[in-house]
Amino acid sequence: MSSLKKLTDKTLFLPLFCMILVLLINVIKSPDFFSIAIKNGVLYGRLVDILNRGSEIAILAVGQTLVVAVSAGTDISVGSVMSLSACGCCMMLAGYGVNSTTELAVPMIVGMLFGVLLGGVCGAFNGLLVSKLKIQPMVATLILFTAARAIGLLLCDNQITYIRYEPYKYLGNFIPGIPIPTAIFITIAVIAVISLLLKKTALGLYIQSVGINSRAARISGISSSKICFLCYLICGLCAGIAGIVASSRIYSADSNNIGLNYELDSILAVALGGNSLGGGKFNLAGSIIGAYTIQAITTTLLAMGVSTDQAPVIKAIIVVIIVVVQAPVFKAWMQTRSARRLAARAAETSGKKEMAAK
Amino acid sequence: MKTEVRLPQTRRAMNSNSLLLLITIVLFVVMYAIGCMIYADKGFSHVQTFLNLLITNAGLICVACGMTCVMLTGGIDISVGSLIAMDCMILAYGMGVKGWPCIPLLIAVLLIGVVFGAVQGYLVGYMKIQPFIVTMAGMFFARGMTAVICTDQISITQDANATFYAWANQKIDLPAFLGYTNSKGKLQIPYIRPAVIIALLVVAVIFLVLKYTKFGRSLYAVGGSESSAVMMGLNVRRTKMRAYILSSFLCSIGGICYCLNTMSGSVQQARGFEMDAIASSVIGGTLLTGGVGNVIGSLFGVLITGTINTLVTTNGKLLSSWANIATAALLCFFIILQSVFAFLKNRSK
Repeated sequence: MSSLKKLTDKTLFLPLFCMILVLLINVIKSPDFFSIAIKNGVLYGRLVDILNRGSEIAILAVGQTLVVAVSAGTDISVGSVMSLSACGCCMMLAGYGVNSTTELAVPMIVGMLFGVLLGGVCGAFNGLLVSKLKIQPMVATLILFTAARAIGLLLCDNQITYIRYEPYKYLGNFIPGIPIPTAIFITIAVIAVISLLLKKTALGLYIQSVGINSRAARISGISSSKICFLCYLICGLCAGIAGIVASSRIYSADSNNIGLNYELDSILAVALGGNSLGGGKFNLAGSIIGAYTIQAITTTLLAMGVSTDQAPVIKAIIVVIIVVVQAPVFKAWMQTRSARRLAARAAETSGKKEMAAK
Repeated sequence: MKTEVRLPQTRRAMNSNSLLLLITIVLFVVMYAIGCMIYADKGFSHVQTFLNLLITNAGLICVACGMTCVMLTGGIDISVGSLIAMDCMILAYGMGVKGWPCIPLLIAVLLIGVVFGAVQGYLVGYMKIQPFIVTMAGMFFARGMTAVICTDQISITQDANATFYAWANQKIDLPAFLGYTNSKGKLQIPYIRPAVIIALLVVAVIFLVLKYTKFGRSLYAVGGSESSAVMMGLNVRRTKMRAYILSSFLCSIGGICYCLNTMSGSVQQARGFEMDAIASSVIGGTLLTGGVGNVIGSLFGVLITGTINTLVTTNGKLLSSWANIATAALLCFFIILQSVFAFLKNRSK
């Protein structure tokens, strides 16, 4: 009993448990789940697919974790910002109002940087509203939740811009000669940069202290609002990168569909990762495992014939369950229940002893 | 001397909250006047254009009233847009595909609203989970359920349900002197539709509830300061739960009004509706922190967002996404205005 409790108290217990559960269900359903083959010189298999498709959610989850930790709120604009950065990138590459292009107007890297920069600007805007003007994070990000997608539509002149240029597809697919999907490398790069930033500088510690008590952090000499701003900025940049990857997958900017429902996925990843949505302590590894778990759930659901529109029902239920289990009220209720049971058992044994004594 | 004495009094009467409401009303009048000036040739100045504003936004008015009640407690409800989509889908699927009668369906929709609100309210009030997380889960749940019911776009035709169709096309004529004579010399009598009456009734009832009932006053008390409300002996948890039930119930009424307008159900319907509802409430002077606001302001907020939409569609050349951007910008402006007022208030203390 006590060893079980020790196990469940580990920070990575929840994400790993969910991951293994989802994988088990998959293996039972289709035994060839883990099989990986090389076709046409690239890796091919369900597992690779999950790792590949989960890249965007993992990148978003990195930024979202920081935002949740620092401000106890979530950035619900990430999905829309993804679509904005994709549109911005494609608009730069194709030129305004061009529907489809095979030749780029500017070098590819310029367009991509512009897209990521747009994400950064959105993040900075959110950060400004939250850190300087002290607006509730979700209301502040609600503005871009609606506006970013609309601005993206404007940038692309209300149409889907196609970039039919081979190297543009590399990011979301494969670089010729390398069997591993490129998106996995990008995810690893983003995670490496952010975790280096958190481990090698005091930023991680600062974020936790601001999240736990922003006033105390300020009094002890940390500029709370600057740290908060920085987290939102990083989240915006992550959304920008994820947007470029998503756009590269379909070599176009489909403003209405890129990043749709990703805000839910990214928040779910953070919650599944064992992070409290109430801010404070955070665990980046947990969120990333959570992100891939969600992708595994999505892939499983799609394989079971559930449409993309219907999948949110199950995810929403999972979010509610996790959040309820995490809630202090629920924990207190469980504790009083187990305490009552212990007391009852103690009373029972003492009663038996008395009987024996008689 | 006399003016010096009176000055502080007038300033006190003119506090920041009524100033926000005043700004809202002035903004609406100015925007509408600009619309009248620019699009005079497209009939913007006719009474009917204003009535159309009410007709198309009847659903939004109901939803904004519910949103105001929730925001008074310091919470928020972003599930409304999806709930409307689900309501419309239930109505459209029930009438259009299954051919069920409309009265039981309407009652079912209202009941679903109450149950939906009760679950959200329980999680927020009793489980003390952040309202945004709960209602965001609700938002995705309802949108997903819409797709579970049916993924196609269904419209309600006259053959499918004659009663509902008749309600939707019922014209209620207003007195003839408000009308105008069109270019063919025929008198156009302005009209409204039943949904408008429902919406205005909702506004009136909620206004009275907020002002004169124990429940209404406790909403303000909970939003003003939760700990004081507890000390006063109010049941904060129950009040919060009731606020969410009310919001989802009004949202269902709004969904019916919305369906009377669109006469169809689809998964993509009413996307971004929560934004319009929140923007309307905030523009109408409801504080995001809770405790301040009323539905009259929200009504004007709806009229403003409606005017933006009408202006964009009347222009014809602008993309429809401009309306979204304008609403978001306006919301941003009012939020910043609120936080500036809050800052000034804190400083004067």
